[in-house]
Amino acid sequence: MEVTSYRSETAPVMTSVSKWKKRIPFIIAYGVLGLTTLPIILMYLWLLLSSFSEQMKYGFIPVRFTLENWKFLWTSVEHGGSELPSIWTATWNSFVFSGTLTILEVIIGVMAGYALSRLEFPGRQALMKTTLLLHAFPSIALLIAVYYILNFMGLFDSLWGVVLVKTALQIPMTAWIVKGFFDDVPWDVEWAGLIDGCSRLKVWFTIVLPLIKPGIAAVSIFSFLSGWSEFLLLYTFILSDENVTLASYLQRLISDPNLVNYGLLSAVSLFYMLPVLLFFIFTQKSLMQVSVGGGKRV
Amino acid sequence: MKIELKNICKSFNKKSNTIDHMSLTIEDGEFVALLGPSGCGKSTTMLMIAGIYKPDSGEIYFDGQLVNDLEPKDRNIGMVFQSYALYPHMTVLENIAFPLKQQKVPKEERIERAKQAAEMVQLGHLLDRKPSELSGGQQQRVALARAIVKKPKVLLLDEPMSNLDARLKIEMREEISRIQKELGITTILVTHDQEEAMTMADRIAVMRDGKIIQYSTPMELYNHPKDYFVAQFIGTPPMNFLKGKLSNNQLRLRNMTIELDRKWLDFDGEETDVHVGIRPHDLKLGNNGDIRIRGIVHMVEPIGHSQIVNVKVGNEQVRFFVEPNIKMEYGREVEISADISAIHLFDKATGRSLKKDSVNQGQIEELVS
Repeated sequence: MEVTSYRSETAPVMTSVSKWKKRIPFIIAYGVLGLTTLPIILMYLWLLLSSFSEQMKYGFIPVRFTLENWKFLWTSVEHGGSELPSIWTATWNSFVFSGTLTILEVIIGVMAGYALSRLEFPGRQALMKTTLLLHAFPSIALLIAVYYILNFMGLFDSLWGVVLVKTALQIPMTAWIVKGFFDDVPWDVEWAGLIDGCSRLKVWFTIVLPLIKPGIAAVSIFSFLSGWSEFLLLYTFILSDENVTLASYLQRLISDPNLVNYGLLSAVSLFYMLPVLLFFIFTQKSLMQVSVGGGKRV
Repeated sequence: MKIELKNICKSFNKKSNTIDHMSLTIEDGEFVALLGPSGCGKSTTMLMIAGIYKPDSGEIYFDGQLVNDLEPKDRNIGMVFQSYALYPHMTVLENIAFPLKQQKVPKEERIERAKQAAEMVQLGHLLDRKPSELSGGQQQRVALARAIVKKPKVLLLDEPMSNLDARLKIEMREEISRIQKELGITTILVTHDQEEAMTMADRIAVMRDGKIIQYSTPMELYNHPKDYFVAQFIGTPPMNFLKGKLSNNQLRLRNMTIELDRKWLDFDGEETDVHVGIRPHDLKLGNNGDIRIRGIVHMVEPIGHSQIVNVKVGNEQVRFFVEPNIKMEYGREVEISADISAIHLFDKATGRSLKKDSVNQGQIEELVS
């Protein structure tokens, strides 16, 4: 929509004083926001500097540039007397974990969301009410029960087992978010598809799903990120080196407080962040655009 | 295709029927309007014909074949929704070709036929746009093209013009009528706009509370409304109503007593409160008619070729037309009159018309007392 620009027509000659006066609210706002975000920005800056320097004088002044801290990328690292698993194994595992989690979560969440939004079945209201409650359950409270179940199913110390647990914990929220997107798709569009010759399932695939693409994108991004940053479940249920993920890898670097190599820790942390940043740059567009509805809303 | 509804019931809750024992027959090639206020069940009826809703009881026949359990996709219908319901992620051409794609029409033929349909609604130049880049009127045309592209047996129009402005409405009205005649397609129009129904439909079913009150041609509805509800719904400006009392063949209206012929009435003679209806067109300034009413000018609305004058008669209001060159003064008392043949009588309690349908204009003339 274009905004009528009546202001420019009536605008008198602007003096520099009034220009500055107009900017004052912005200056104040940005000033306050900038000051409060400064600690966070400094944190990242410290991480970056620390990873590329030999030591930090007084804790915050970097001394001498080095790539020593980054050599974990091409050689195996010894830490606290034992050799750590390859960073690439951990990265691959993290990808597998987050990727499978995303796929499972999106498939199940989208189907569940549609059912909650559109289908009439007994207990639907009750299900929707308890869904959020389920999500509010802290996973730490379930650790012991989950251990017994995984052990019983032979999925202990397996990435797949943890994927299933994490998916189960995430589904309620995902389904809930997706339901909101389905709610915004008008019935008319779905009916039009039925009349134009589709079966209900085909309407779902060819018409309804494309309309909630932004929702699917949002849910995928969130579930990937939550998989990538998952620590507790992986730390508890994964023991062997070949199944280690990046979060647990980081944990090993700081497990003994006497032996922490801060340079290495910073470098690995940055490496851990990198995929998320890239992922975000590529996906933020689909997070922003939302277009649902095939015409005027009635 | 001939469509028959027999004794259809549908309800969405246990308390009341949205559609209550409704029967309706639509002949092949006929243009029928379902007319009624919002919530009267006209859209529900249409969605049952489309196969989106299933009737709770009763039967729907297409050409004598029972279709109650037929899926919408197998009914060979085209439908235009009030919201147009275009597929926002497809271009205009893809939207129009979509029904053909579902019928597995080969791609080249599909595009050819979609283009033809687009030409028919004068959209040929906008094929590559997305629905969001079109105006309301253009979106409406896309929806219409999509509905007719597969040459359906039935065309369903669900309030197709309620989102258009007044001028576009008239244009689209003519366009839809033209296309309907050209294709000879059985068409059902759902609308709450009586003008739309009157101008386009061959027959109109006036609905209220899930029931059909009257089902006949537009002129029949206008001239011989069977019910108070139909009378006040059809016609712009609406019919004027004054309170009266009818006993035997005497009608008492304000300070007049009018003798009516018994043959003229469908009435048992007991004293009854009635609505006396007179169309604005039948009222004239002056005292040349049989029924004369005095009132105070309350409002004047010039509409170019005429003026609509609103006078207060006691507590009631009466509208009528006056030549544009006559100056009407607010607050002045005027006398208006109408012929006795022009009045309609409705039982106040039941809403039923007390006038016999069969009496025609010629007879009435001589019945005037």
